[in-house]
Amino acid sequence: MKIVKHSFDGIIVGAGGAGLRAAIEAAPTMKLAVITKLYPTRSHTGAAQGGMSAALANVEEDNWNWHAFDTVKGSDYLADQPAVDILCKEAIDAVVELEHWGLPFSRLESGKIAQRRFGGHTVKEGAAPAFRACYAADRTGHMILQTLYQKCVSMGVEFFDEFQVLDIKIEDGVCKGVVAYEIATGDLHVFEARAVTFATGGFGKIFKVSSNAHSLTGDGPGMLYQKGIPLEDMEFYQFHPTGIYRLGILLSEAARGEGGILRNKDGERFMERYAPSIKDLAPRDMVSRAIATEISAGNGAGPNSDYVFLDLTHLGEEAIMKKLPDITDFVRTYVKIEPINDPIPVQPTAHYAMGGIPTDVNGRVLSDHKGGVIEGVYAAGEAACVSVHGANRLGTNSLLDIVVFGKRAGQSMVDYVSSTKASPLNESAADDLSNKISGFMEKEHTTEFSVAKIRSELQDSMEENAKIFRSKETLDNQTEILSDLRERYKNVTISDKSKVFNSELLEAIELDYLLDMADTTVASALARKESRGAHSREDYPDRDDTKFMKHSFAFKNGDSVKLEYKDVELGKYEPMERKY
Amino acid sequence: MEIDLKILRYDPENDKKGHWEYYKVDAEPEERILDLLHKIKWFEDGSLSFRKSCAHGVCGSDAMVVNGENMLACQVLVKEVSNPIKIEPIRGLPVLKDLIVDMEPFFDSYKKVMPFLINDDEPGDRERLQSPEDRDKFEDTTKCILCAACTTSCPVFWTADSYIGPAAIVNAHRFVMDSRDQGSKQRLEIMKDVNGAFRCRTAFNCTSACPRGIQVTKAIEDVKRETLLNN
Repeated sequence: MKIVKHSFDGIIVGAGGAGLRAAIEAAPTMKLAVITKLYPTRSHTGAAQGGMSAALANVEEDNWNWHAFDTVKGSDYLADQPAVDILCKEAIDAVVELEHWGLPFSRLESGKIAQRRFGGHTVKEGAAPAFRACYAADRTGHMILQTLYQKCVSMGVEFFDEFQVLDIKIEDGVCKGVVAYEIATGDLHVFEARAVTFATGGFGKIFKVSSNAHSLTGDGPGMLYQKGIPLEDMEFYQFHPTGIYRLGILLSEAARGEGGILRNKDGERFMERYAPSIKDLAPRDMVSRAIATEISAGNGAGPNSDYVFLDLTHLGEEAIMKKLPDITDFVRTYVKIEPINDPIPVQPTAHYAMGGIPTDVNGRVLSDHKGGVIEGVYAAGEAACVSVHGANRLGTNSLLDIVVFGKRAGQSMVDYVSSTKASPLNESAADDLSNKISGFMEKEHTTEFSVAKIRSELQDSMEENAKIFRSKETLDNQTEILSDLRERYKNVTISDKSKVFNSELLEAIELDYLLDMADTTVASALARKESRGAHSREDYPDRDDTKFMKHSFAFKNGDSVKLEYKDVELGKYEPMERKY
Repeated sequence: MEIDLKILRYDPENDKKGHWEYYKVDAEPEERILDLLHKIKWFEDGSLSFRKSCAHGVCGSDAMVVNGENMLACQVLVKEVSNPIKIEPIRGLPVLKDLIVDMEPFFDSYKKVMPFLINDDEPGDRERLQSPEDRDKFEDTTKCILCAACTTSCPVFWTADSYIGPAAIVNAHRFVMDSRDQGSKQRLEIMKDVNGAFRCRTAFNCTSACPRGIQVTKAIEDVKRETLLNN
């Protein structure tokens, strides 16, 4: 295998919003490269739709403290409050900075950035829904991704497109660099670098119905987990209430922010029963649970009674076309109905990982639950867990998270690189990866152990046993299934033995990460004997603040998972019952 | 229903040139062309190579020629195309393997138009103001996902790959028409070049090909007009 050596100060893995924002911060003062398995503009930040919250107060009185209150309450009090304060306070400058870099926000008549309502965001600590989400129609993520990439182009940031990082080198708790696979040639590249940021996004592909891209396979968290670094709060996975029925394609919460209503098969606005004050704009965990409850009560629509309706018909053509053009297109393209005239069949879709690589507020990766850090390794965005989202993320806070904490990770890289010296990493760093790939190339293919077969069983079973409602029974069942899949994965084979664009090889390696993500999700969920935010146990329906005001830390222990816990950092908001 | 697929394959490690391969796949009418490609790749022939990511028409990875027309494989359903389905790589860029082409020349053209906001004024600590009317002037061209469906449908580009192409002009338009931008003079100089906007022969292929519904030919005409007005 051909091995190419590179020497950089800093490497960023992943070129979505968090990676690009970190790059903008770090590039001016160091030799930096961004490595992405896609092209930067293909990253899934571009699929985010509704907005990015910041208390700009362009429409009505607002205050970042109210934003923080909503975020903490939305998190079901599991978010670390000092981190939430940073997120909400720095939000305002983060939005303004993006505008200065050219982001084409929608505008108010005053010329200021337009803001809309979104789930769980209120004024005066719950008094009424707040106009806080800054948006560009319903393609805000696309605009953020484009703007950050444009800024990188203007700065001459160096990219390695379609290179997939598959190994990180850490010696004695200190980062030495990464090893990447060049997708177009099959060559291996050793990148010596003393600061590495992981911004690889989420892992929604552990579920069958998901809003996530095919690329979202937990590469960063998986790579670090396999090196002994824990994953935090993996039991908290968000299901977005309004995915297109069966396909899971996201229909933004902005649809409800603009006045859209959820209805069951009888046309009833059922959210009035579940969240009497803010109804359809309740946080996502509550709305998804409400939909699942309606469906199990027999109130679902369709031949299998397994979906509900998102009704936009009362909004009028002009508002729909102006404010929600993309999701209107998705419905026309994939469902072949006209949302101006007909309600849309929707069901909850696997959407966002609250958990991930544990970091402090400066993006530094934690090595354990006691506050230890790995020198030179950083993480940001959905791959990371700061934790600002706790047990349930509010809509719009992920686009905010990627820019606020992407920037902070970039700053940490700058500080670290300026205070340390380069340390060499030679070609032999590629040995582990080279052996792994040779293993796949040499093993004879059998369809019995194909990647697709194991992966689809993983996705089907996670959908069945570990989705919105969980219990000891379903999780025990899933633990057994995962252990069987893990055994079969050890024999996984590929049919394509070529060097050029061998995506079957990469899917085989990614499946290992997906299994890690599923293992840690299920083990953490089984141990958390309470219901909090997105984690709902039918056998433990209440929140238990005495035992579980804690973040879980899942460590790899052979083929099993070992759990430790860390106290939540509280602040000015006392945990209270979560009602809307 | 059973679908017949005919795919133009090319393996640079073994083939001198491309050749057709034929497949039969069971599919629902509501499935995407991308789903069919996955069925082949995952359960029949793991070596079939194509790019994909979001699978719902926003990332721009999977532009290809389906029954003679440029489209995103994830945005077209089986029931919308006639059977058999013929799939080829997009044209005018070097084929690297199967349905994967070399995107570097495409992104090089994109970068030539300085696709970033140029404004040297001190912006202050709040947002720059822009009226909704000014914002609307470039709304259409902000939708571009750089999938190359437009550029690789352009007959001028097929014969002269030095032509900067529709996608780059769309991205020039996005900034030229933005009231906040001060870089139009430089961008319009690039557009005046022999390989710039005036090579367009208004075939409208680009407009038909755009999976985002951008009025590409109109954007090119806008840029030509701006070039003349700024002369």
